Amino acid sequence: MFDRRLIENFDWGFLIIILLICFSGLAILYSAVTAGYDGTGIHYLFKKQGIWMGTGFGIMMASLVIDLRNFDKLNLLLYSTCVGLLISTYLFGDLGGGSRRWLVIGFLRVQPSELMKIALIISLAAMYSGSVSQEGLGFRNLIKPAILCLIPFVLIVNQPDLGTGLLLLLIAGTITLFVKVEKKVILTLAGIGISIIPLVWVLGLKEYQKMRIMTFLDPGRDPLGAGYHIIQSKIAIGSGMLTGKGFLQGTQNALSFLPEQHTDFILSVLAEEWGLAGCGVLLLLYFILLFWGLNIAYNCRNMFGSILAFGVTAMIFWQIFINIGMVMGLMPVVGVPLPLVSYGGSSVVTNMVGFGILLNISMRNFTKT
Amino acid sequence: MSGVKKNPDREWIKQRLIGASLCILIVFAMLFLRLMYLQLIKGEEYRRLSETNCVRLKSIKSSRGLIYDRNKKLLVENRPSFDLKIVLEDAHPMEETITRVANLIGVPCKDLFENISKAGKAAFYKPVTLKRDISRDQLAIVEAHKFDLPGIHIDIEPTRNYIHEKTAAHLLGYLGQINREELESGRYPHVRSGDSIGRYGIEKSFEPYLQGERGGRQVEVDVNGRVIKVLKTVEPVSGNDLYLTLDFELQQTAEKLLVGLWGAVVAIDPSNGDVLAMASTPSFDQNDFIGGISRKKWKVLMDNPGRPMTNKAIQAEYPPASTYKIVTTLAALEEKVIDRHSSSFCPGYYKFGNRRYQCWKKSGHGELNVVDALAQSCDVFYYQAGEKTGVDPLAQYARGCGLGRRTGIKLDHERPGLIPTAAWKKKRFKEAWQAGETLSIAIGQGFDLVTPLQMASFIAAVGNNGTLFRPRIVKSIEDSKGNVVKSIEPEITGGLPVSKENLGLVQKGLLKVVQGKRGTAKGIRIKGIDIAGKTGTAQVFSRKAGEKFDNKKLGKTLQDHAWFVCYAPAEAPVIAISVIIEHGEHGSSTAAPIAGALIKKYLEKSEPEHQNLKAGNS
Repeated sequence: MFDRRLIENFDWGFLIIILLICFSGLAILYSAVTAGYDGTGIHYLFKKQGIWMGTGFGIMMASLVIDLRNFDKLNLLLYSTCVGLLISTYLFGDLGGGSRRWLVIGFLRVQPSELMKIALIISLAAMYSGSVSQEGLGFRNLIKPAILCLIPFVLIVNQPDLGTGLLLLLIAGTITLFVKVEKKVILTLAGIGISIIPLVWVLGLKEYQKMRIMTFLDPGRDPLGAGYHIIQSKIAIGSGMLTGKGFLQGTQNALSFLPEQHTDFILSVLAEEWGLAGCGVLLLLYFILLFWGLNIAYNCRNMFGSILAFGVTAMIFWQIFINIGMVMGLMPVVGVPLPLVSYGGSSVVTNMVGFGILLNISMRNFTKT
Repeated sequence: MSGVKKNPDREWIKQRLIGASLCILIVFAMLFLRLMYLQLIKGEEYRRLSETNCVRLKSIKSSRGLIYDRNKKLLVENRPSFDLKIVLEDAHPMEETITRVANLIGVPCKDLFENISKAGKAAFYKPVTLKRDISRDQLAIVEAHKFDLPGIHIDIEPTRNYIHEKTAAHLLGYLGQINREELESGRYPHVRSGDSIGRYGIEKSFEPYLQGERGGRQVEVDVNGRVIKVLKTVEPVSGNDLYLTLDFELQQTAEKLLVGLWGAVVAIDPSNGDVLAMASTPSFDQNDFIGGISRKKWKVLMDNPGRPMTNKAIQAEYPPASTYKIVTTLAALEEKVIDRHSSSFCPGYYKFGNRRYQCWKKSGHGELNVVDALAQSCDVFYYQAGEKTGVDPLAQYARGCGLGRRTGIKLDHERPGLIPTAAWKKKRFKEAWQAGETLSIAIGQGFDLVTPLQMASFIAAVGNNGTLFRPRIVKSIEDSKGNVVKSIEPEITGGLPVSKENLGLVQKGLLKVVQGKRGTAKGIRIKGIDIAGKTGTAQVFSRKAGEKFDNKKLGKTLQDHAWFVCYAPAEAPVIAISVIIEHGEHGSSTAAPIAGALIKKYLEKSEPEHQNLKAGNS
């Protein structure tokens, strides 16, 4: 009943990488939440994050028991459940910070938009695995996936949570390009995009909407809001120099100059306290993690598994890229957390589930279908 | 489709993954290079910036919109206020610095420390206001010693200034500091803790227009917290200016006439509902409220039995008394209970059931028709007319005249007044309506309650041949560059429920009140101007109808309220006025002369125009 080869094939290396990132993340978070905190005992945000990581880890390990290939058939059910959750968030969601992102179920506060990412990746993988060809996907193959993406995208952007919405599109776009799209389709879509955007800009948008987009693309235009955060974040990062000010020694962090220092801007805490050396190590860990993911996709012998592994890797990649880029002033300020480091339960659990999928695929490589 | 792949062949997936790997490599290289740039190349600079925490955000308060009267005379402006502030982080040693500054400006240091503890812990890096609005002398001393006062700086912020203190105080309103609940409600996105928002009057109702948008500066400061470099600036957006319908001179005149009295005056332009004057006494000084009113001053206001904080024009409800006879006349004529020819005999009382309802003129008016009954305000005539019309039809007409409901003026706390019906009494007191009560209602006593604004709006409609307007206080809203943001047009809310012919009879009666030989307000006649109006004397001391009493023996607060409502010139009115004087005893002796003086003032000013009109007509 239980295949011994599953344990023999278990990907210990990948697990170690994940754990290393988790522990670094907790250490950085500890510094971020205890700075200027005079209370005794461990800060409750730190405790909560620890609990979430444990929970995520448990879910990850538990999910290994399921043979993922079954998800090929279950994907629609999963997808519609997540869309249902998004709709109920829209209807009964908890209002926080001006947007409706959380759904309260009993004592749990979940962010369905996070789970949606996984559901969408699985659904797209299932859909594309039947239509991969040497020439690439044509227009007709793209209609269904496009609808699949747009429904959750509209619901999430409506919350409003532009960051997660765009992330969803980026992940879906990456997967689609990975599966390969016909050249003429890419050219046509690009052509339409290039011709429509200026038209919309000139005719379709009001002045304040343009301002908002410009500020989004260039936070420097908002020196009192996002621009100020970016400046403070850059000062924090830069002041870390080569080796940093030392653990718990960050001053920008301690003075609460940083906004959201424990969530989206947590990298600046690391950079300030551990310098370029610390950031380099974290980047290296992420780099190994991503390549490991791609390797799992390469070694998988069925199309669904390959695309799925690639999709999860893409999801991690975009989060890292957008978050670090934003904190360093290279990207618009959008609320995308740094995987396993930023505070936030839904994000931790989602990423853990993603890693569970990768582990799952990797340990079942031996079985051909 | 040709060549669908069920399983990935090595070559295909290799080719796809190489592209992906390249992307990751490039992105990570880019991120790392950026880190190197920030931490190594710019590292020194950022380290320096971080050590003094010297990049700060300084907020720039927006300038609140100005308020002008109808002739573009400035009523409310902003003046610079010098606020003494401290950034605790920069003030070393803190206590010594604060004590020193307190001694310099001659303020007990206890007060300053109190302000700091009020600001709480979170304010360590943000400027805390030590003292608002210091004098120029104090400013000079602080500036002279600024190098001995680390962390202390002066902010110049616009502060509200009510140029003519106490004038139109209730209408213009005042400001007050925003409280935590309001801040958290999200209704004031541009307001910060410590800022003021409109709390009363126009300042409150037009808050969103007046507010403006806060700006700010990113600045670099030195160790003592002094700005050495402005990095970026976002200019504040000034609030929009309001142009009122108010005629400031008329307002001042009205308030002068009310000095020493408790009461209210409302003047309206009958052609569009513009509020020309709205005065309520006793009044208060709005400037006292800036930066928080002192407890002592507040207590004085609260303890004043004349209720200075109430805008009596819209918030106080009075029995309309004889001014209500206009409504009774309209209703009785329309219900055909009486007509232009019917007359009745007043012996000085009216016997109803086993009671005698007294007329104010004990000797009786004799034989009167409807016009003379109105002119001489004969109670007996209206007892009969009211009895025949009935309480519910009376109420229906009263509501049609705009009574018993809010006029919809853009001010908070407007009261609706009360026009009773039989059903209302049943619901309120669980008692049936008594026929005798209809008699009281018919002469505006009993349950009837109206506000001075309702009466002004109603009498204006009588004067303009039947159109009820929503009283307008703001004509247009303009941004600081003079572009019209919103222009508020006159708004018709209804028409008097009366035929032209019957309204003509009422107008004739009202004209006779002033111009007639036996009119109750003949004392206010002005040469060359025909005034039409109605007096009223509202009983404060509730007593049974017909009971004998002597006003003089009652204390001041039990004496009757005096009413006068009117419009002028009668043939083509340009102004309609309602006056109430609390405990003024008789409408004819206290309230009517005030209206007369206002009409004189207003028509004299627009005399050329008015005479041209007359010349054109003849």
